[in-house]
Amino acid sequence: MYARPRTIEEATLAMSANGALAIAGGTDVYPAHAGRAITRPLVDLSGVAALRGITEAAEGFRFGAATSWSMIARAELPPAFDGLKAAAREVGSIQIQNRGTIAGNLCNASPAADGVPPLLALNARVELASRNGARTLPLVEFITGYRRTALQPGEIVSAVLVPKPAPQARSAFVKLGARRYLVISILMAAAVVECDASGRIASAAVAVGAASPVAQRLGELERALIGSGVAERPSSRLQPRHLEGLSPIDDVRASADYRLDAALAVIGEAIDRAAGAT
Amino acid sequence: MAHLTFHLNGVPVSCAPPSGQRLSEVLRREMGLTGTKSGCDAGDCGACTVLVDGEAACACLVPAAQAEGADVITVEGLAERTSKGALLQKAFLARGAAQCGICTPGMLVAAAALLERDARPSRERVEDALGGVLCRCTGYAKIIEAVLDAAAGAPAPVAVAEPGLAVGARVARLDGGPKVSGAEAYGADAIPPDALWIRAVRSPYHRAGFGFGDLDGFVKAHPGLARVLTAKDIPGRNLFGVIPPFADQPVFAEGEARFRGEAVAAVVGERRAVEAVDLGAFPVVWEERPAVLEMESALAVDAPQLHQTRAGNVLVRGRVMRGDVEAAFRQAHVIAEGRFETGFVEHAYIEPEAGWARRVGDRIEITASTQAPYMDRDDTAAIMGLPPESIRIIPSACGGGFGSKLDLSVQPYVALAAWITGRPCAMVYSRQESIQSTTKRHPAIMRSRMAANAEGDILAMDFEGDFNTGAYASWGPTVANRVPVHASGPYLVPNYRARSRAVLTHSVPAGAFRGFGVPQTVIAQEQLLDMLAERLGMDALDFRIRNALTDTTPTVTGQVMGDGVGIRECFEALKPRWQDWRREAEAFNTKNLRLKRGVGVAGMFYGCGNTSLPNPSTIRFGLKPDGRLALHQGAVDIGQGSNTVITQIAADALGLPMSAIDLVSPDTDLSPDCGKTSASRQTFVTGKAAERAGLSLRRMLLRLANAGEGARLELDGARLLVREPSVIRAVELSRQPVNAHGYVAMAEESFDPPTSPLDENGQGVPYAVYGFGAHLALVEVDTRLGTVKVLRIVAAHDVGRAINPVLVEGQIEGGIAQGLGMALMEEFTPGKCENLHDYLIPTIGDMPQIQSILVERPSSVGPFGAKGIGEQALIPTAPAILNAIHHATGVRLTRTPATPDRVRAALKAHGLP
Repeated sequence: MYARPRTIEEATLAMSANGALAIAGGTDVYPAHAGRAITRPLVDLSGVAALRGITEAAEGFRFGAATSWSMIARAELPPAFDGLKAAAREVGSIQIQNRGTIAGNLCNASPAADGVPPLLALNARVELASRNGARTLPLVEFITGYRRTALQPGEIVSAVLVPKPAPQARSAFVKLGARRYLVISILMAAAVVECDASGRIASAAVAVGAASPVAQRLGELERALIGSGVAERPSSRLQPRHLEGLSPIDDVRASADYRLDAALAVIGEAIDRAAGAT
Repeated sequence: MAHLTFHLNGVPVSCAPPSGQRLSEVLRREMGLTGTKSGCDAGDCGACTVLVDGEAACACLVPAAQAEGADVITVEGLAERTSKGALLQKAFLARGAAQCGICTPGMLVAAAALLERDARPSRERVEDALGGVLCRCTGYAKIIEAVLDAAAGAPAPVAVAEPGLAVGARVARLDGGPKVSGAEAYGADAIPPDALWIRAVRSPYHRAGFGFGDLDGFVKAHPGLARVLTAKDIPGRNLFGVIPPFADQPVFAEGEARFRGEAVAAVVGERRAVEAVDLGAFPVVWEERPAVLEMESALAVDAPQLHQTRAGNVLVRGRVMRGDVEAAFRQAHVIAEGRFETGFVEHAYIEPEAGWARRVGDRIEITASTQAPYMDRDDTAAIMGLPPESIRIIPSACGGGFGSKLDLSVQPYVALAAWITGRPCAMVYSRQESIQSTTKRHPAIMRSRMAANAEGDILAMDFEGDFNTGAYASWGPTVANRVPVHASGPYLVPNYRARSRAVLTHSVPAGAFRGFGVPQTVIAQEQLLDMLAERLGMDALDFRIRNALTDTTPTVTGQVMGDGVGIRECFEALKPRWQDWRREAEAFNTKNLRLKRGVGVAGMFYGCGNTSLPNPSTIRFGLKPDGRLALHQGAVDIGQGSNTVITQIAADALGLPMSAIDLVSPDTDLSPDCGKTSASRQTFVTGKAAERAGLSLRRMLLRLANAGEGARLELDGARLLVREPSVIRAVELSRQPVNAHGYVAMAEESFDPPTSPLDENGQGVPYAVYGFGAHLALVEVDTRLGTVKVLRIVAAHDVGRAINPVLVEGQIEGGIAQGLGMALMEEFTPGKCENLHDYLIPTIGDMPQIQSILVERPSSVGPFGAKGIGEQALIPTAPAILNAIHHATGVRLTRTPATPDRVRAALKAHGLP
């Protein structure tokens, strides 16, 4: 079965087929089936107009689930989204960014998904739709483990919601890979930082990916950063104990030890860049 | 199946693809536009890049249904449907930006998308736009130049050579037109639509016993399947191997599979049926057995034996001995030693193995991607129990080989299936199959030490190397024999002992990969040279120059070349930059704590052709009654440029323009044997045969007109004009008698390089000609993250005579890309990395700025003095980079690839924060 619905209602109806698999950009579904046939019913969400595009409302920004990374990279958005836009330019290649979608990156639930740390740092929520209606979940609750999400059978992501950031919020994204382009991250970090009038950090959100089954916010670090002056390089407050919640693995890209060691540098760079300290 | 309508290259089209089919498949299968290539089916290579509503997309990731109503543009429509497509195609041709050409359509489409958005992009923007298309041949430099040329609206003119001046001219490749238009047919591109399809059932374990269940029942349960093939169906011998005395690899394993990915059976049937089969449900029962994957465990006394006839899992040993090593070490002023280790390296050509066969009476015709048509013919004939003449090999265009397409892949399967079913039968490897089952570069563990006296003369070297050859012989014996001959590098080493072993393990076979073991040995030898120089307090480049081989000094096999030894000139060509860059790097390092720059140098020599074994090439060159020349050019052009180079040589030897020559392809029914495209031998060996054939044909034509040696030949339609100062003679070719091949005059000449067997100490003349070269690398190390960026490389190569400088530069740039990959990122681990996102090769953004310096010290043996360059180009890159990392940081990387985690660990062990 291959369904190409036009509305969210049609989409959720189609998704009620047994074993239905949602597809939009195809940039994760097809690689997972390289060299073998796709036997599950496919529900192609790319034709649902309501799932595309970025809209701004009083409470925040709404990224339609099928919004491509290229659209995000080119969008006019406040500086708090610079980190997300930088990540958008690092997802695969331009070919991937033109087709791959924001929700697909979340649903694939790879520990190395470049889109997740910046969205975690922006306190994103995920809006879900099914025949039973809609619900929203914080992103931290949506991705539940290595390649696992809170999606119920028949459910789709309809949008990613980002609460309106403070106008003074600044952000950054730092990716570490073993080559320049088209590379799965060894590690990446995102930071969103707000400074007060005196140039001290008033709030910080820091997330790191590829160092645990699901990308993580570093709460203790975020609290430690508050009050740091930009001139003193906020990253100097970063301590190894801030990474105690991480559980990196050895894989073909790098050793676990290396990831922990490199995380200090990558996270530090993200914080300093977001704070404008570099 | 739903009805699908869209615009394809401006034309409305419709079709009804199966549910979920990829756009790439619709374009290639339903629309017959095979310019869009399938390299990975995972968005990892970008070869299938097309424009969907103006935006670049990997067609392998686009559900065909999403093309509904869209405007899709492929390479075939690029010239007509994009503003810069035609200019890009012209620029790619003129610059030599297409080698094998398999990535070219993707590159062109991605570049066209960029130029629609940004008419005058910077170099950095070009890299950003092309970062998603992998190229394994070119090193990307000429691709970037071509895109910038097209953006400027001024592609360089496509060069043609003046008559008599073809050798040395920067002629555009003769086979380049179809590569930039998308018309070139690779192994998977011209399969008859009615062909049956074949998929192999492969071992999921490194070692496993197995037994089949109800195979007939399986076929009956799957409508569309024709049959299952196993070892029982093979009419001849179930064995193959590139070196006949060592042939040990079965087409289908019998009783036990010896590596993960080994075929045990195959299903044959209608294409859609075969593609739909769940091979996980194939009736085979596996019994996993203990496997040895590392050489250390394979060499243990109680290790399981791969082959009963190969005691201790040692396939073969090689050695070269000269002088008195022990005495020399006793007299040494300084000694350097080390243990060095390299991993499996995957060839990662963008074209996975593919081809098809048909039965024609009692013969079989195989069209497939290959580097070695006659070897394929003979090996397949033995498998089929047929005489060699009953097999015809028609090489398709080859989308990259680098050594791995010397071995059989799809050939025996398509031949067997076509023979049995009587239908055309095709097989196209998936990327996973290609990586799992085809040969790799041998992992090496090398222990080596070198000694020098106080004056800075190398006294001795003692080398021991083990090379993991995997489960079957493949080219393991060649590696084991080449290594001890080359482990000295291009230096005078009076006392020498080098021993090598090829060790069998339960891994994918290791075979030929650009350099046959030598790229591994230089990693040891060139780092040891730096250590010696450091201990002597000598400049590392001066130390190399002092010890470099000359025309009159012997190699470690006792060979004195007599001429054409240009290694000293290569090193000297690097000297100005060596001094400037080191000074600049040291100044940079005083100002930077985290980033450190360093400069490294490495040299190499490499023998062209087989090691002390015959490897003749034969060229047939004929003049047709219509005044056209036919050059039977049997050297497979896998992108390196033999179609062009051999023609340049033949044209000048004959004294007629290249434009008068028509190429006859390396089809075994049409062209004599020019051997394999391997061992950097085609320009040298086939080139020499072409030179001889050209001279021979020239003599015949002069005789035809009763003219003397110095006469000038011209073709004027079907008339041959022979000009001498006082007289012009015309020969009406159409009135001349023709021979059995249809030629008015025909020369057929062979060349086999003069070598001699090596004695028990490895002394003798293993190669008639060596190529020489040296690289200089400038790197920047992020000491906090262990990442290494190669900023610049200067490559000086003595090629004897650059028959075509554009193609030589292309070999150098591409060789550097592979050397850089080997140094910094490439390692295959059996059972992992079976795709191109876990196995990484350099992208366009990983390449340094490259300057090639062509040194021409002619060899008296080679055609017009030429030597090989194909493998030579890759060899010095990795050690130059590793030496540069040491200069930058003080840390020596003895294990490649020097990935960020390894570099960082070494830096921390060295005491860096």
